[in-house]
Amino acid sequence: MNDKPEGIVLTEEQRRRRRARSIAIALVLAGLAILFYVVTIVKIGPQILNRPL
Amino acid sequence: MSLVNDSVLAERTVRAAEGADFAEVRDYFELLKPRVMSLVVFTALVGLVRAPAELHPVLAFTALLCIAVGAGASGALNMWWDADIDARMSRTANRPIPAGRIEPGEALSFGLVLASGSVLMLGLFVGLFAAALLAFTIFFYVVIYSMWLKRWTPQNIVIGGAAGAFPPMIGWTAATGTVGIESLLLFLIIFFWTPPHFWALALLKKDDYARAGVPMLPVVAGDGETRRQIVLYSLILAPLGVAPALFGYAGTTYGVASALLGGAFLLSAFDVWRRGEGKAAVAAARRLFGFSILYLFLLFAILLAEPLIG
Repeated sequence: MNDKPEGIVLTEEQRRRRRARSIAIALVLAGLAILFYVVTIVKIGPQILNRPL
Repeated sequence: MSLVNDSVLAERTVRAAEGADFAEVRDYFELLKPRVMSLVVFTALVGLVRAPAELHPVLAFTALLCIAVGAGASGALNMWWDADIDARMSRTANRPIPAGRIEPGEALSFGLVLASGSVLMLGLFVGLFAAALLAFTIFFYVVIYSMWLKRWTPQNIVIGGAAGAFPPMIGWTAATGTVGIESLLLFLIIFFWTPPHFWALALLKKDDYARAGVPMLPVVAGDGETRRQIVLYSLILAPLGVAPALFGYAGTTYGVASALLGGAFLLSAFDVWRRGEGKAAVAAARRLFGFSILYLFLLFAILLAEPLIG
């Protein structure tokens, strides 16, 4: 069995930067999800309440 | 329990540190040219507010966001294409790609994703015509200006300036669905403002542009011709700046302010022309460059504020 690690081991600084980028992407995605939701409501307008139950 | 041999770990850590450095979030933000983006958002906002049509605030915000991201995408694609030039100029050598913080391929895909995303979103949520204009603006800036004109002709920023002039028109179109004469006037103001603004900078950074092989007007035709052209374009810009008031699209406040600002712009341009060589000439070019930014900002700020003042 080979116990040696595969691939490149990142430095602490590189780990920190990757984490910061991941958080930024998560925030952008969350922002987009909220925006899409709100825009959908706005586009549908008052009609959103006018549906058969 | 870790079975990793310490020496192997240390060796891999060193190898990773020697490889391409991982970019920070701010490097990607820098790719978007945030200062250019802020001017684009501001002028687009003026187009939106002055348009004779109401747009729901959420949709107006979405339109501005799309225009901002589209402008940012243009900036990223421009930095991808111009990385070799940027590396040779002191003003741009520390940009993320020439500084080695972001790989060119990353910048390319980042720009393409943002460009297509912003155009798609604007088309779906706001309007197809505005989206088409945004797509054309990105294409114009990246392909016509960056790839074709910039390294080929001293008229690069004259024609390429159209890319920077489109945002108020896109804002206007987002609200109305059409291109009005009013938005065409806003386009023309920025279009004729661009040459004196950039040539004042080019007079200051002539050596940089010459080293990078960019045929800016002072490099190709000399400082004297550049100063003459600055005055000529300023002579067109000053009355154009007043035109929205003359055509009745803006009020008296704008009319008076734009006339005074236009006069000051002309004086500053004549000062650049009169000074010739030496330290005084450099100072005059620097003053014109600074004032040109203030001029455009104030014109659009008054256009924005006028409906609120009444």
